[in-house]
Amino acid sequence: MPFEASIDAFSAALSDSDLPPPPQTRGRSGAPDAKRFAVYRNNVAVGLIASLENRFPVVRRLVGDDFFKGLARAYIAQEKPRDAVLIRYGAGFARFVAGFEPARELTYLPDVAELENAWVDSYHAAEANALTLADLASLAPESLGDLAFDFHPSVRLVRCATPAASIWAAHQSSDEPKAPEHWRGEDVLIARPLADVSVRVLPPDGFDFARALQKGETIGAAAATVTVDGFDPGAHIVGLVQAGALSAVKH
Amino acid sequence: MPNAAQPLRVAAPLPDRAGTGFKPEHFEAILAERPDLGFFEIHAENYMGDGGPPHRRLEALRALYPLSLHGVGLSIGSPGPLDKEHLKRLAVLNKRYEPGLFSEHLAWSSHNEGFLNDLLPLPYTLETLARVCDHIDETQEAVGRKMLLENPSTYVIFAESVIEETDFLKEIVKRTGCGLLLDVNNIVVSATNHGYDADSYLARFPLEHVGEIHLAGYAEAEDDAGQRLLIDAHDSPVRAEVWALYSQAIARRGGVPTLVEWDNDVPDWPTLFGEVKRADRAMAAAAAAKGRRHAV
Repeated sequence: MPFEASIDAFSAALSDSDLPPPPQTRGRSGAPDAKRFAVYRNNVAVGLIASLENRFPVVRRLVGDDFFKGLARAYIAQEKPRDAVLIRYGAGFARFVAGFEPARELTYLPDVAELENAWVDSYHAAEANALTLADLASLAPESLGDLAFDFHPSVRLVRCATPAASIWAAHQSSDEPKAPEHWRGEDVLIARPLADVSVRVLPPDGFDFARALQKGETIGAAAATVTVDGFDPGAHIVGLVQAGALSAVKH
Repeated sequence: MPNAAQPLRVAAPLPDRAGTGFKPEHFEAILAERPDLGFFEIHAENYMGDGGPPHRRLEALRALYPLSLHGVGLSIGSPGPLDKEHLKRLAVLNKRYEPGLFSEHLAWSSHNEGFLNDLLPLPYTLETLARVCDHIDETQEAVGRKMLLENPSTYVIFAESVIEETDFLKEIVKRTGCGLLLDVNNIVVSATNHGYDADSYLARFPLEHVGEIHLAGYAEAEDDAGQRLLIDAHDSPVRAEVWALYSQAIARRGGVPTLVEWDNDVPDWPTLFGEVKRADRAMAAAAAAKGRRHAV
């Protein structure tokens, strides 16, 4: 059998457990051997499930090991990693969870998955300088409105319709998790200016302002996107600097 | 800033000593104890992020120990073309960390469906030999250095195979100039699974081209016929028959960088380091025996 055809058949049988072991494979008895081929099928599944378990530990805890395995298997069947960099695998998992019928009632589950995905992205993001409050203080106050910033590469902004960050935070220790105090949406800023990833819930109107800034708008233009009376952009800039979210002043 | 200036590092070449795979959960113990071992090995794909704690830890480790870079996802044994972006990422890691050795597998792991995250077997024919050699040429060109190719552990063979695995490997070395990574556990696994003699396989193996040895533990199952089926699980101590075969290999080959692999159900650092010391003792004993033979 030509090389390409042989690997095509092997690969197709790996992905479809209803197929018999590929006819050109041989066990010790000289015939295709289902149990031997099943080792490869199992390796593929176990490896990819483990990478999802590592990326989404809170989702796993929320639904339990068995449910998570079923969810992971369904996701893997639909979306294989595009390449060998498994630390990036799972970017589409939150969207998949949102459409996964058996989890339909767990409205917070896709948000928690999105947060965990953003957390891992932030963890692996490039290193960069983070502006300090001293840097901020050295800027001329009369020109602040015209300033724009480069964001730290580790910053992820996630808007959740559910209290997903509170749920996530409650599952960071092995203690019995407490339910969120208030059931409302949370806007989340994730950043890793140094070694540790931080997850913060943004104050009201902080999300639209931060997102406009992240797109490269000036402080003045970003503040103009916020319609609430008494919005204080200075306080939000200080918050972003304290989170290590800003990397440099744009010139 | 870890990448603003390269930290001072120990020299790159790996000594003829034992080492082990670096696991982040051992990082604190390693920094605290500075264990006396030959090198650490990493899976290249775990360090293909842009930054963050993995690279921070690896920079710190590399300042203290020689490093071996082991790829598990290039898919050299694929019929299709190699992933050019993956080759670039391997080249970047080789440049950044200056590992003493760089190795990959005689296996495939990507096909039309995407990356399958396992080291899958290939038939041994003139056609597959030519393809594998092209891929190794391309890899060595892209990474800018000689690579080592690891012998696989397999659960099935292919009806169309017409070349013995050891001959296949010898011909690859001849055509590409690459070296070999001898995985002794893989020999025991494949020999058991396919009913051939591990000693004779080792006797046919071109040991003069071996630049590194791997040791690991296997798991056991049964095939359709109820025959013993060994699985390359890396989840337990190195087995007695693997130690015995290792002693044979180094008695003939002499000392060579030797890796203890324990990637699943990873034990605590003292347990893993105990296995590393055992490999070092086996290597020292083989060297002493060789010295005695030369003396008479």
